[in-house]
Amino acid sequence: MNDSTHDASNRALSNLDLESPEKPYLDSNELIINMGPQHPATHGVLRVILKLDGEKVLGTECVIGYLHRGVEKIAENRTYTMFNPYVDRMDYVAAVSNGLGYCEAVEKLMNVEAPARAKYIRVILTELNRIASHQLWLGTHALDIGAMTPLFYTFRDREEILKIFERYCGARLTTHAFRIGGCQYETYAGFEKDVKNFLTFVAPKIDEYEELLTTNRIWIDRTRNVGVISAADAIALGVTGPVLRASGVKWDLRKAQPYAAYSEFDFDIPTGTNGDTYDRYLVRMAEMRQSLRIIEQAVNSIPEGPIMAKVPKIIKPPVGEIYHSIEAPKGELGYFIVSDGSTQPYRLRVRPPSFVNLQALDTMVRGLLVADVVAVIGTIDIVLGEVDR
Amino acid sequence: MPNFIMSYLNSKDAITPGAAGSQFWALVYVFIIFTGVSVAVMAMNWLERKALAHFQIRLGPMRVGPHGLLQPIADAIKLMLKEDIIPAEADQFVFWVAPLIGLLAAFTVYTVIPFGPSQAVSDMNIGILFMLGVSSLGVLGIVVAGWASNSHYPLIGALRSSAQMVSYEVAMGLAVVSAILMTSLNATGTGTLSMIGIVQAQQQQGVWFIFKFFPLGLIAFGIFAIAMIAETNRAPFDMAEAESELTAGYHTEYSGLRWSLFMLAEYAAMIAVSSIAVALWLGGWMRPFPNLLNAPAWDFIFSLFPALTFFGLAAIATVGVVRMPAHSFFKIQRIGLAAFAALLGFIALLLLVIAVAGRSADGSVAARFREGIDYVYWFVFKVAIFMYLFIWYRATWPRYRFDQLMKIGWKVMLPISLVVLIMTAIVGVLVS
Repeated sequence: MNDSTHDASNRALSNLDLESPEKPYLDSNELIINMGPQHPATHGVLRVILKLDGEKVLGTECVIGYLHRGVEKIAENRTYTMFNPYVDRMDYVAAVSNGLGYCEAVEKLMNVEAPARAKYIRVILTELNRIASHQLWLGTHALDIGAMTPLFYTFRDREEILKIFERYCGARLTTHAFRIGGCQYETYAGFEKDVKNFLTFVAPKIDEYEELLTTNRIWIDRTRNVGVISAADAIALGVTGPVLRASGVKWDLRKAQPYAAYSEFDFDIPTGTNGDTYDRYLVRMAEMRQSLRIIEQAVNSIPEGPIMAKVPKIIKPPVGEIYHSIEAPKGELGYFIVSDGSTQPYRLRVRPPSFVNLQALDTMVRGLLVADVVAVIGTIDIVLGEVDR
Repeated sequence: MPNFIMSYLNSKDAITPGAAGSQFWALVYVFIIFTGVSVAVMAMNWLERKALAHFQIRLGPMRVGPHGLLQPIADAIKLMLKEDIIPAEADQFVFWVAPLIGLLAAFTVYTVIPFGPSQAVSDMNIGILFMLGVSSLGVLGIVVAGWASNSHYPLIGALRSSAQMVSYEVAMGLAVVSAILMTSLNATGTGTLSMIGIVQAQQQQGVWFIFKFFPLGLIAFGIFAIAMIAETNRAPFDMAEAESELTAGYHTEYSGLRWSLFMLAEYAAMIAVSSIAVALWLGGWMRPFPNLLNAPAWDFIFSLFPALTFFGLAAIATVGVVRMPAHSFFKIQRIGLAAFAALLGFIALLLLVIAVAGRSADGSVAARFREGIDYVYWFVFKVAIFMYLFIWYRATWPRYRFDQLMKIGWKVMLPISLVVLIMTAIVGVLVS
């Protein structure tokens, strides 16, 4: 064991109220176990130290940083354009949303606005990405709870989205779809047809997932009243996205602070009432359907025109600072950029939704069982690339 | 030829398995069952991966042999060649002996499983008790494995599974008792604990116990069917090895051959409990509709089923040969699958000849062969349905949480099985 991990575990253990840090074990009733960083259900390299009484969770401690790549520091050594692909590597499940947030933040800092057509393309791709992200969440979440099959169904259907991305910009996962000032690529011939085909293809598939799970007695038993978080707690912890909305708070940045072209579309914000895992499941399923609605409206009314605003070749925003946030699939994704007038950001800070939402884990799982920890980690929908950056 | 060999084939009366004079045949059956179960486990392994894959829009194993048919053999070889790791902190001897306990318990159950009226290792007069006793020994192997590993996850897995198995055994036992009760509710009023006796009771009473005192038999069967999934630690009750929670549960620290022994024990136990369900409620070796379609012509038609099944399998294999891409890369696979199809076809022909030759129930050698094949076929057929259900459950349902599982076991299944038991007794007394 090297020094840094040793320190981490000591610090972690002390937060779990151990009597003395020297004593490796507590009395015979309590058990400290390490869940992760190599564990099938921690969605990557999350390490959760659990303090258990039998199977009951007395406390948790998240140890993060196993996937830390210093993205924010890298930004300080890259030009604004060069940094653009890096943001895709944070939440690699929803790379398009990451790119949208970054591009819009820089645009806001430079005081330029993307043309209408670019905005529509951005909305279509971002919403497609939201569906893809939710599908991946559903598959892995169901797998954590023991239902193997939905994973393969969601991956089959997510593939269609990735195909559209691939045909649009050549990449499937880390797309780098947008540029500062608009989009680099015009839509390919048949893009609209592909998207419309996808809409008719995926709507019955979402029903199929729901058929497997929504009224499934075991699924309801495993998720209802599990990982409950009240609206007040959620707000206090800074939780955003579907997790917040499932607690009954109608807060969606697409409506609250419309960006891109969202103010032009008609869609609902699905909310839950109990703030439990089942509600979060229902909210995300409803969100997929709302995304379909948005895409349908956008693709039917996509305007003609340029896709790139007038931006200089070398991007040099004026001195100043900006915070811009968007509604990523997992919650509020914000970029805070400080510019000193040079070609590189003086400081760039990302507010990643997964990282903030992960804070709620302890509140949610205290008093539950080990099996629920897995369910709750799944329902928060974290991507470790984004938590650790 | 010695008399004890010929006695089995010549005698017009059914031989009592295990009785004096038939020990030779008991020994033969031990060998047949041991190899048969091992082959069945391999087949089940392949079938589970294939069926599960097709549930999940995948292909499953395709590379080792045509359609992955040789995959279980390849896996077995791989597991045997793997390094045998015993963790340094583990209790060496207990760690070593744990898989053997589980395996022993799973295989010992087969001594009392009646594949036919005389197709069994022994006809113990306490057969069902013996079965319940031995199969619950399987939990010992799991507990001991979890404890000997000296690691947190296996320990939690072992504790979970021991609690689970013990609590489900209660409901299971009560369901079994209600089936035993039904055996005594015949004209003579004498019940039996012998597995063969239980099936014969169904034969004499002319009703499978699943349909007796409708719906009491059905409910008891349902309880057994649920409890047996929990008993064998299969989804949705696979708490002990809940992959997403406890990595691999009690066998986390096991690898190689020892691990494969656990797998072997698990699948053998699955087949064993399914056999018990078949014997107790589904008429054991009896063919379907023994009352409704009881003309000799129907007997003949149903005796063609074994041959037809193998013809069907041969046809599927032949379709596989035809559909295989005509590339030289697939040449060996093509030949292999064609040979497999030919083998299946040959077995089918053999069965057909036996079925035709032995169609009259006159006690000739051919007729006895035909009967024996029919018994075993229908028994295995019913067990196979359960095996498929096991896979189906796994593909469809999420996993129960541990406390919910216990709640269902003690608060739902136990009261229901008690009520069913009492009702069966009352109804039985009233009817007789």
